[in-house]
Amino acid sequence: MRLNPRFTDKFIRGALLFQALFTVSILVFIVFIVFIKGAANITPQFIFSYPEDMGRHGGIFPAILGTVFLAVLSIALATPLGVGTAIYLTEYTKESTLTRIIRFGVESLAGIPSIIYGLFGFIFFVIKLKLGWSLLSGTLTIMIMVLPTIIRTAEEAIKAVPRNLRIVSFSLGATKWETVTKVVLPSAAPGILTGIMLSVGRAVSETAAVIFTMGSSLRLPTSLLDSGRTMAVHFYILAREGISLEKAYATALVLVVSILLINIAAYYTMNKMIGRYS
Amino acid sequence: MANRFFSREHLIKCLLVVAAFSSLLFLFIIFAFILGEGLPLFYKVGVIKIILGFTWAPTKGFFGIFPMIVSSYMVTLGALIFGAPLALGCATYLSEYASRRMKLFLKPALELLAGIPSVVYGFLGVVYIVPLIREYLGGPGFSILATSAVLGIMILPTIISISFDSLMSVPPTYREASIAMGATKWQTICNVVLPAARSGILASFILGMGRAVGETMAVIMVAGNALRIPMSLLDPLRTLTSNIALELAYAAGDHRSALFSTGVVLLIIIMILNFVANFWVKRKVTG
Amino acid sequence: MRSNLATPIALLLFIALICWGTFDLRKSGAGRKDTVTLAGSTSVMPFSEKLAEYFMLSHPRLSVEVQGGGSSAGIQATINRTVDIGMSSRNLKDDEKVHKQILICYDGISIIVHPSNPVRDISLDQIQKVYSGRIRNWRELGWIDRNIDAVSREEGSGTRGAFEELVMGKAFIDDGIMVQDSNGSVKEVVATDPYAIGYISLGIVDQKVKALTIDGVIPSVRNIIQQKYGMVRPFLYLTATEPAGAVKVFIDFVLSRDGQNILRKEGLVPIRG
Repeated sequence: MRLNPRFTDKFIRGALLFQALFTVSILVFIVFIVFIKGAANITPQFIFSYPEDMGRHGGIFPAILGTVFLAVLSIALATPLGVGTAIYLTEYTKESTLTRIIRFGVESLAGIPSIIYGLFGFIFFVIKLKLGWSLLSGTLTIMIMVLPTIIRTAEEAIKAVPRNLRIVSFSLGATKWETVTKVVLPSAAPGILTGIMLSVGRAVSETAAVIFTMGSSLRLPTSLLDSGRTMAVHFYILAREGISLEKAYATALVLVVSILLINIAAYYTMNKMIGRYS
Repeated sequence: MANRFFSREHLIKCLLVVAAFSSLLFLFIIFAFILGEGLPLFYKVGVIKIILGFTWAPTKGFFGIFPMIVSSYMVTLGALIFGAPLALGCATYLSEYASRRMKLFLKPALELLAGIPSVVYGFLGVVYIVPLIREYLGGPGFSILATSAVLGIMILPTIISISFDSLMSVPPTYREASIAMGATKWQTICNVVLPAARSGILASFILGMGRAVGETMAVIMVAGNALRIPMSLLDPLRTLTSNIALELAYAAGDHRSALFSTGVVLLIIIMILNFVANFWVKRKVTG
Repeated sequence: MRSNLATPIALLLFIALICWGTFDLRKSGAGRKDTVTLAGSTSVMPFSEKLAEYFMLSHPRLSVEVQGGGSSAGIQATINRTVDIGMSSRNLKDDEKVHKQILICYDGISIIVHPSNPVRDISLDQIQKVYSGRIRNWRELGWIDRNIDAVSREEGSGTRGAFEELVMGKAFIDDGIMVQDSNGSVKEVVATDPYAIGYISLGIVDQKVKALTIDGVIPSVRNIIQQKYGMVRPFLYLTATEPAGAVKVFIDFVLSRDGQNILRKEGLVPIRG
């Protein structure tokens, strides 16, 4: 007995809708749970004071700053490299074996899992370069990690800039570099910023690569060679060792909210870009 | 002529070339060091003994990682079983049925899901999924089932977004032609759209697998980390990634080299997966 | 429109510069006279942290930084002189030579189960059988018909090394047994799984888990001192050179009556009566 196709149609539509809603509800559940269980502990004290008794009491200030330092520094290093690569690939060369090799390199970097970055960062920065478990080791490792994302988004953004703009700029007598910096980059800026913010999100939530390069010291890192924690690392340790479930949820909440804010900012700038060209 | 060489434009171009090659440089260093630390052990102990060895007791000279290769494979497959149907359904709904408003609402939600740290997923898995399995299905709760479930959820955004892009890039004319011939929407999707987007969808599965195979923190928290090949869905297991993360901080000498060897195997698996996926993504829409 | 790119990049660089400005590239740690660095056993680590907290209260110009890494790593770090003091929760092997080993206290290894588990005593032989996979069911220990969810530490852990030495002897720990990578996480698993069993440092046992008596002997500081409870391992501080300066001040503090009292309060066995 064949089912009425119209009926299957409606049924499938319902089933697919259910799947979509189920997926979204997982997200809602996660945010909800973290919020419910963590909100009670979010006090100004929590944000601004230091952890005591291995994190059982006190706040997570060093972890917050550790996260900020790591994210800002690694992005600051990765952005010039990434945008430079993107500029080179789009403005200065045509598609050739060379560009294909470079793109292959970028894609490969993008596919490497974070534990391998952790392994590499550990053996190279921490041990061989004798930087030890430090902010510097962590920064350099995360910098390499986010590089592909920045390159990809920067390339997309730069490619999206209409050719006319460049032609007009040249016809007015500008050099290539002047065109790039004064015409192309400003137009591509929102897209590039989106890539930067996505990378920040990645740096903030990364754990495996950070724990083996930056370490897990509870102190606030005051120099590049000091070890420290990021919020993700702190949360991981709190949760696994059962040190304090409440503090763990609270840390998770701060983490999730930060990522939420970063995503919102990324979307805002991306929409600015789309608005410009639609 | 010499003037041109040192001109500002040329210098800038040189700087940009350096920047562009930095990615290759980093890739090279990474491979060099991972291989450099990991390959020697293969020579010393023998490839077969490591890849097909059943016992991992590195402080006593046993470096067999076969159970972990099998475990990694099983949870990756499990993650796909959990995640792919759900993700595909979601992507299909988004591209074929959802209004622009819904798309606008659901896409950022997915990005957010992708942005949540893996340790949070792992933690929630430990608190909610593991006890559930232990109470109602038996075993310690730390199991293939738990790991597959958590990983399945984690790879949803990857599969959804790539499949979605793939489906959206199927030309509307395909759908219109099908409807014009009297097919219903679902028949159209089933027989026209999905096959057309097949490459991209398969690529998304492969990339999802790549993500699952490379996941570490969440797996450590819910897998139980036992060294034996799991015989049932409820048995605990250890993946290649967990092995590295669990013992790296404490390891020295041959033990540490063995962890790098594990890393080498992992890298090879991931590179193969990524290569296959990229190959398929390039062929986005086929007839 | 021109400033659109310049501003964010300038801002980024500005922030980076600020960070750099407040940062100080001089190596912190070994070398600087006012920081003492410790690294090594994760069993010793929380107690070193506790000692450090108290120490820094009474010595405001000195600071102590504690990292984990494991006993083996701590021993290596001492030999390589990358830290001031290495921490170990096991005896050194013959090929590990450091200049000075300082015993700061003893720690018992306790076998723990979930608080709702009715089993109260276990023999050394039974523990060995559980961990070598020969006893797999709680039935064999006097409880219900249910598999034992045994948890161990990972290879390279000082606690595991001590456990293997004191309990397993020549037998291998079964490869079907789950592994966690710190005392805290073993305790957490046992605290949440009614059918679990594990071994952890006595010093961190609390009401979340129940410690079993071994052959009738309660694991307690007193029983360790009276040598009735045999599962004991030394907590060692290791140095590459004769302790001097801030390092000596800290070590003296740890060995002093105040330091030892802190350790006793934490559940460890002090070296002085």
